[in-house]
Amino acid sequence: MAKIIVVTSGKGGVGKTTSSAAIATGLALSGFKTVVIDFDVGLRNLDLIMGCERRVVYDFVNVIKQEATLNQALIKDKRTSDLYILPASQTRDKDALTQEGVEAVLNELAETFDYIICDSPAGIEKGAQMALYFADAAIVVTNPEVSSVRDSDRILGILQSKSRRAERGEAPVEEHLLLTRYNPERVQAGEMLSVADVEEILAIPLLGVIPESEAVLKASNQGTPVILDQASEAGQAYQDAVQRLLGGQLEHRFLEVQKKGFFQRLLGAK
Amino acid sequence: MSFFDYFRSKKQPTSASVAKERLQIIVAHERGKRAQPDYLPQMQQEIIEVIKKYVAIDQDQVNIQLDNNENCSVLELNVTLPD
Repeated sequence: MAKIIVVTSGKGGVGKTTSSAAIATGLALSGFKTVVIDFDVGLRNLDLIMGCERRVVYDFVNVIKQEATLNQALIKDKRTSDLYILPASQTRDKDALTQEGVEAVLNELAETFDYIICDSPAGIEKGAQMALYFADAAIVVTNPEVSSVRDSDRILGILQSKSRRAERGEAPVEEHLLLTRYNPERVQAGEMLSVADVEEILAIPLLGVIPESEAVLKASNQGTPVILDQASEAGQAYQDAVQRLLGGQLEHRFLEVQKKGFFQRLLGAK
Repeated sequence: MSFFDYFRSKKQPTSASVAKERLQIIVAHERGKRAQPDYLPQMQQEIIEVIKKYVAIDQDQVNIQLDNNENCSVLELNVTLPD
């Protein structure tokens, strides 16, 4: 039985797609057959982050409308085995995703996959609600910044009332906090909310903290999920987050200001 | 930073702590509203209309609140009547 995980946030630009790509890749690297679905109809971007934009032939909406089969639309990742991408449609039709259609696709995927990652669009409109409706677990991507934290709390409210699990009165959707773009220097200077502050306000378990890192932009420039950049702090932090998602108990890293050595200072290392 | 700035900066709360305080207030407020049923604002409006027929009151003199306990909900209506 597949586990459906939605990557959501309410606010845009906090790192949902980056996180979806990284976590899906991490799960596949751990040996689980994983598919990552772009729910952002009209603003497809997961394909770019995954580096498969030129291999898109059919998309999610084509499958829902039965213009293509699921196997025709799924893109097999070239770097990671057991990883597949289902791209969003670029149609401007907002109602292209129907609940029945999404359910049928998810049911078919659940027969062969271990994990289904749903990359939610920003906002709390239909697209975002569709992405979270069938979820068993939610990864709430949050930046340590007021509007992002507030929007995350909104989306948590929607998970608790509008998801299928909530409507059916089943066990609630598992909630995980993923704090991204974290800058320990600014936290120390009192200019940024700390991990503890955000945890206290949102009151959900912490899955991981991804430090602000130049590696993230570099990875998206190249169309490589940042988790594959194992030398970068962001890549390592995503690896830790994936292990925690799989039940591992790992201590959180990169929360403190790194002391620079003499040579690092001299060479201006970051 | 001058010698005097050192003392001054101690009194100012950091911008992060201001952010945290503001968030705690707004999030608590919004969570409270979320728990309310959708019909509450309209019901409040209609209750006010009824009271207005008999007493001259303003909108902000009526406070309506729904508290959920374990197995019962309490609708609390607070009306400040003018002298």
